[in-house]
Amino acid sequence: MITLEEAQQWTCDACGKPLVMREVEFYYLNGSFHVNLPACPECGLVFINEALATGKMAEVEGILEDK
Amino acid sequence: MEKDQRVAWEAKCIQEEPPACSTSCPLHIDIRQFMAQMAAGDLKAAYQTLKKKLPFPGILGRICEHPCEAACRRGEVGEALAIGALERYCVEHYGGPDPVKPLPRKNKQVAVLGSGMAGLTAALDLLNKGFRVTIFEQAQQLGGALRGFPEKLLPAAVIDAELAILDALRAEIQLDTACDTAFFTSLVENFDAVFVDVQAGANLVLPLERNPDGHMVNNAVTGATSMEGVFAGGEPDPGRAYSPLMEAYAGRKGALSIERFLQNAVIDYNRDKEGPYETLLYTNLAGIAPNFRELAEPLTEAAVRAEAGRCIQCECLECTKHCLYLKTYKKYPKVYVRQIFNNELVMHGAAHTKNKFVNSCTLCGQCQVVCPNDLFMGEVCLGSRHTMVEEEFMPPSAHEFALQDLEFSRSEAFSLCRHAPGFQESAYLYFPSCQLCSTSPAEVMESYHFLRNNLDGGVGLMLGCCGAPAYWGGRKELFGEIIGEMRQQWKEMGCPQIITACSSCQKIFKEFLPEIPLLSLWQILETPNVKKALPKATLPAKTVAIVDPCTARHDEKTQDRVRRAITERGLTIEELDHSRGMTECCGYGGLVFNANPDLTDETLRCRAAASNHDYLAYCALCRDQVAAAGKPVAHLIELLFGENDNRDPWQRGWLSWSERRENRSRVKETLGRQLWDEKPCEQEANKKMILHLDEEVQCTVDRRRILLDDIRQVISQSETQGRRLVNKDNGRCLASHTIGKITFWVEYAPHEDGFQVFNAYSHRMNITGVK
Repeated sequence: MITLEEAQQWTCDACGKPLVMREVEFYYLNGSFHVNLPACPECGLVFINEALATGKMAEVEGILEDK
Repeated sequence: MEKDQRVAWEAKCIQEEPPACSTSCPLHIDIRQFMAQMAAGDLKAAYQTLKKKLPFPGILGRICEHPCEAACRRGEVGEALAIGALERYCVEHYGGPDPVKPLPRKNKQVAVLGSGMAGLTAALDLLNKGFRVTIFEQAQQLGGALRGFPEKLLPAAVIDAELAILDALRAEIQLDTACDTAFFTSLVENFDAVFVDVQAGANLVLPLERNPDGHMVNNAVTGATSMEGVFAGGEPDPGRAYSPLMEAYAGRKGALSIERFLQNAVIDYNRDKEGPYETLLYTNLAGIAPNFRELAEPLTEAAVRAEAGRCIQCECLECTKHCLYLKTYKKYPKVYVRQIFNNELVMHGAAHTKNKFVNSCTLCGQCQVVCPNDLFMGEVCLGSRHTMVEEEFMPPSAHEFALQDLEFSRSEAFSLCRHAPGFQESAYLYFPSCQLCSTSPAEVMESYHFLRNNLDGGVGLMLGCCGAPAYWGGRKELFGEIIGEMRQQWKEMGCPQIITACSSCQKIFKEFLPEIPLLSLWQILETPNVKKALPKATLPAKTVAIVDPCTARHDEKTQDRVRRAITERGLTIEELDHSRGMTECCGYGGLVFNANPDLTDETLRCRAAASNHDYLAYCALCRDQVAAAGKPVAHLIELLFGENDNRDPWQRGWLSWSERRENRSRVKETLGRQLWDEKPCEQEANKKMILHLDEEVQCTVDRRRILLDDIRQVISQSETQGRRLVNKDNGRCLASHTIGKITFWVEYAPHEDGFQVFNAYSHRMNITGVK
């Protein structure tokens, strides 16, 4: 997952706020999940980094696709 | 997959068939395993292998006439293994027999009359199945003809030790028992079944039917005699020497029949593979160096291990020797067919664990060429892909990008079907293929001009996709739609001859549009009048290795034409090990590049390493795939029409997916403007956005199947709506945008006249809420 240290390098450009951990809901192929991820406290813009997208998320997508 | 179809496919793969040494042995000893164990010096395991099939291994191991040696395939490359000598060495040095434990006994009693090898084997097998056995022997001791072997060959002490097992298994033994008709009748009445060892009881007069030649009537498969419950075997064959092995087989056959008789089971069911038979196992001996026995008495352990090590461990695996895909999954087609069958039957909620396997076959047909029974795994996998699509468990990521690329080729951005300018009809219709336009747009356009100038009757142009990606992806409905459209367009053009420049298109046309008269570009360029007009490019002398496309595997004429075209231009050809009919797919076929990119990378790495010479392809996909592996490779069309191009075709390198689309559009726009005075479509504002990517980022993005247009859309949305993250340290922006089913993320910063892209990645999961 994404460390808060990494997330704190980023701010929401529209709201100007540093990111905080929020519960984010994902949906894919009839499955939904809740994951804590950095997001803008104001508008909810979520931060997903390369490692998460190409790692855990890709892995879970693969598992769901074979269900 | 229907069950009957599965069984038929499984039967074609003969890897699990036993080797010839085993099937020539009446008792089917696993000699291949025995040899491996002997070679490893594991005498105990080797003895256990013998014991599994060989009754009284201490006896038969010394006197068996080893018919396996005549069948040993090593004999065709050097000298057959000394199986008999190694068997003897094993039983002599192991020190058996192993102690036995009495088994729980059934209530059925069997009489065995005579104690030659047939009677002894029947008795032993029945005891091991838990029956109560009584052996009646006329002589003073058990063994019959066994007692006639020289002491040096078969010591009496060994016979006694081995036969002591019968006592340990609680057999009743009645020696010195004469048997007449009355006695025999009492046996039949008092026992549940009787086995007669015909060899041992040759002098007995029994009330059993005999043929006019005096031989006892008994069923060849079961040993059943004319009397119910009485089975016989072991009658000597007057035409053959005494065979203790065949006697043992007769006893085993009788014991199995008696077991089934006493269980009221069908006695002759599924017994066609008992005793010696011809195996279906195929073993390719090519490349195996001949070698010979080096055994001298007395045998040493080292000599025995070396001799056993000469065993070639017969197996087939022809397909896995050549196909990296079949080898990678570590089994063989018989197992794979069953796995695919099971994958389709998975109950809702459980995982379809073989989806990726099914989608990793290029459907190239090499396996069918090398399989002794023509099993084509491509047919198995394609059939399963149809099922996956129909039953909606085809993973979306497996083929989506390739199918989007197909849709691009069908879209206004590329597709076109026109008569040549100034013509109302076409004798020919040039179909250069979407992929050749992707990789060699200039040469496609030049070749079209050339064909128009040198063929009579008008040469129309058809740009589009033959539908191969839909076919490979198991999308029957979409593929049928594309084929229907092409047929309609061809008819509307007046049914001209189609000239193709792609082997995949050629194959699709031949199979699914057989009514269309076809010519390949290479074929038409060989016709004398056309050939005369062809630019005479002088090429520096060079040796090139030909990369035959898998779709031209069976098209020898095209293979020859290509080779002629190359040598006529002064190049020397090197044939790769996998060329012509044996060629292998570049990984694009079957859309494996999309479904299993790691396997494609490895396939290409091996393909690129097959020769030190530069490669020459005549399939656009092969060119691009091999180039992506870093191998210098040119396409034939570049040698024929690259006159105005000063580039070295071998050094052109890889093309990104975005470039491949841009090239297709360029062909349509350029020819449309030049020949039909068409105005190019108004470019969307996004497409004018200038992006800067260094080479590493370009490779990463391309490998993730992210197009520059996707990146432009993300940046455009970010710049107009301002929804993005900004890095406090370096000021870079990170924005995401969902296009279709995929969310793309781009890390970028404004740069000069456009944007510098530092990274891009994507995911398929949708963010549906933030708490």
